[in-house]
Amino acid sequence: MSALVLAEHDNNAIRSATLNTISAAAKVDADVHVLVAGKGCDGAAKAAAQIPGVKKVLKADDARYDHQLAEPVAALLATVGKNYAAILAPADTFGKNVLPRAAALLDVAQISDIIAVVSSDTFVRPIYAGNAMATVQSGDKIKVITVRTTGFPAAATTGGSATIEALAAAADPGVSNFVKQELSKSERPELTSAKVIVSGGRGMQSGDNFKKVLEPLADVLGAAVGASRAAVDSGFVPNDFQVGQTGKIVAPELYIAVGISGAIQHLAGMKDSKVIVAINKDEEAPIFQVADFGIVGDLFKLVPELEAELKRRAAK
Amino acid sequence: MKVLVAVKRVVDANVKVRVKADKTGVELANIKMAMNPFCEIAVEEAVRLKEKGKATEIVAVSMGPQSCQETIRTALAMGADRGVHVKTDAELQPLAVAKMLKAIVEAEKPGLVILGKQAIDNDCNQTGQMLAGLLGWPQGTFASKIDIGDGKIDVTREIDGGLETVSLKAPALVTTDLRLNEPRYASLPNIMKAKKKPIEEKTPEALGVDVTPRLKTLKVEEPPKRKGGVKVASIQELVDKLKAEAGVIQ
Ligand SMILES: Cc1cc2nc3c(=O)[nH]c(=O)nc-3n(C[C@H](O)[C@H](O)[C@H](O)COP(=O)(O)OP(=O)(O)OC[C@H]3O[C@@H](n4cnc5c(N)ncnc54)[C@H](O)[C@@H]3O)c2cc1C
Repeated sequence: MSALVLAEHDNNAIRSATLNTISAAAKVDADVHVLVAGKGCDGAAKAAAQIPGVKKVLKADDARYDHQLAEPVAALLATVGKNYAAILAPADTFGKNVLPRAAALLDVAQISDIIAVVSSDTFVRPIYAGNAMATVQSGDKIKVITVRTTGFPAAATTGGSATIEALAAAADPGVSNFVKQELSKSERPELTSAKVIVSGGRGMQSGDNFKKVLEPLADVLGAAVGASRAAVDSGFVPNDFQVGQTGKIVAPELYIAVGISGAIQHLAGMKDSKVIVAINKDEEAPIFQVADFGIVGDLFKLVPELEAELKRRAAK
Repeated sequence: MKVLVAVKRVVDANVKVRVKADKTGVELANIKMAMNPFCEIAVEEAVRLKEKGKATEIVAVSMGPQSCQETIRTALAMGADRGVHVKTDAELQPLAVAKMLKAIVEAEKPGLVILGKQAIDNDCNQTGQMLAGLLGWPQGTFASKIDIGDGKIDVTREIDGGLETVSLKAPALVTTDLRLNEPRYASLPNIMKAKKKPIEEKTPEALGVDVTPRLKTLKVEEPPKRKGGVKVASIQELVDKLKAEAGVIQ
């Protein structure tokens, strides 16, 4: 049997979360296939074929897959997925939207958000905002799995030479239509794959301060900018900045938490970062319990100081 | 239009759970329970739709032991009209819950079903999508805005890159994200009134659903602990440490 990875892509390129998912898939089954469903998705299919370890790429190129809506894509997975031992997708808003629907159509459970593969039917996944790790065994014929990307390395993007097989479109439920996307524009690295993240919380006080105080520091570090739920709810930054249990899960080399208290739900999204720095005026803030380096004080003084110091040393 | 909401009883969001010594699960004895926050948002949205004249009746469903009736009462106090309780002490996994909800939806025939996007205990984020798939209905997951139109429901979704709007043919299923609304607190008079609202009891057997778990939990363990580090006195020292010890900046 084989494992099938549902690729996340923009028709031209494969999104990085798919690369981590492929690494997880290879641990479940050595024979990894990738499904690229889209419209005019030749570029993405070719990119997928170059990923080492991928044996076959299935390309479903049809107007109904244009925006990869859950209804038609899950219907496709329910047909092609029948002959696989496992079906995997990244545990981001794309995979989380499509995969459970496909699992239900296949009448199997989904194992959400795995961080480790113990064997082909046993997996480790965090529960309760990461305060416990559950090892679960699936008795289903097909294992439908979403993968926490921070748990697995990204597969390489070149060196492979998989065959590409065109797939006929599956029946379209025809119950949903794409209307529009409003994507946050940014020159910065993507949050989920950034090496350095500077995150702001309620302590930032305004969206303006994110721009004036936090972004210059992010610029010096080439960092992505993240936020706590409180900062998003207050309208300082868009929803897609949210790091945490119910936002994005990140694990950069360096995470700098600025004016963030460190609630369980926030920690759930960043505590696997390699090095954590906390800047907070409250020395009792729980964020200091997970921070490798903490500094107590006013962020409006400390952040510009840090920015200046990094610049000064870079100039030397 | 009738609206059906599902509400789950979970450990309160402010409780930090502890793993049991025998690794069979987390400690749940004497722990504060509450309605899952995303389910609260679902109930609130249904109540707002009713206040705007878009919904005629709100049915709140919960599944699990007797204590789930408290969670249904909370929904009724927020403004739901009646409850359905599927009573069972069995472990319920998302697929089984979706199948039971399907049976209830087929009997109740709502025009809109609203669920929370995830339960904060098992963090699965599955049930809504599964239910929509089983019903053959369209799904608007992670919703931050719902617009009821004529025979269609437009949903703005929180996605990784920003926002996406989809138009769904009614009847449809929506799962809530944090920014959809801010749930109200039930007022004392409404809590009193809720006590008189009806709750119908059902069982998995009566709904014809086999709830046998598909996943077996082999063990539950503590996550690796992060060692709290040091506090530094100055930015100079911080940058020195980051360079020397952490090696994360050049
Ligand atoms: C269902 C649910 C899901 C949730 N999901 C998430 C999630 O995914 N991500 C998430 O982040 N949260 C989430 N939360 C919210 C979480 O519980 C906290 O409320 C939130 O993380 C708090 O954000 P904060 O740390 O920015 O704000 P606060 O807790 O208010 O902390 C602000 C901090 O800033 C410090 N500060 C203020 N001014 C200054 C200054 N001038 N200089 C230095 N420090 C200063 C304060 O000392 C304080 O520690 C969720 C909650 C629920 C119930």
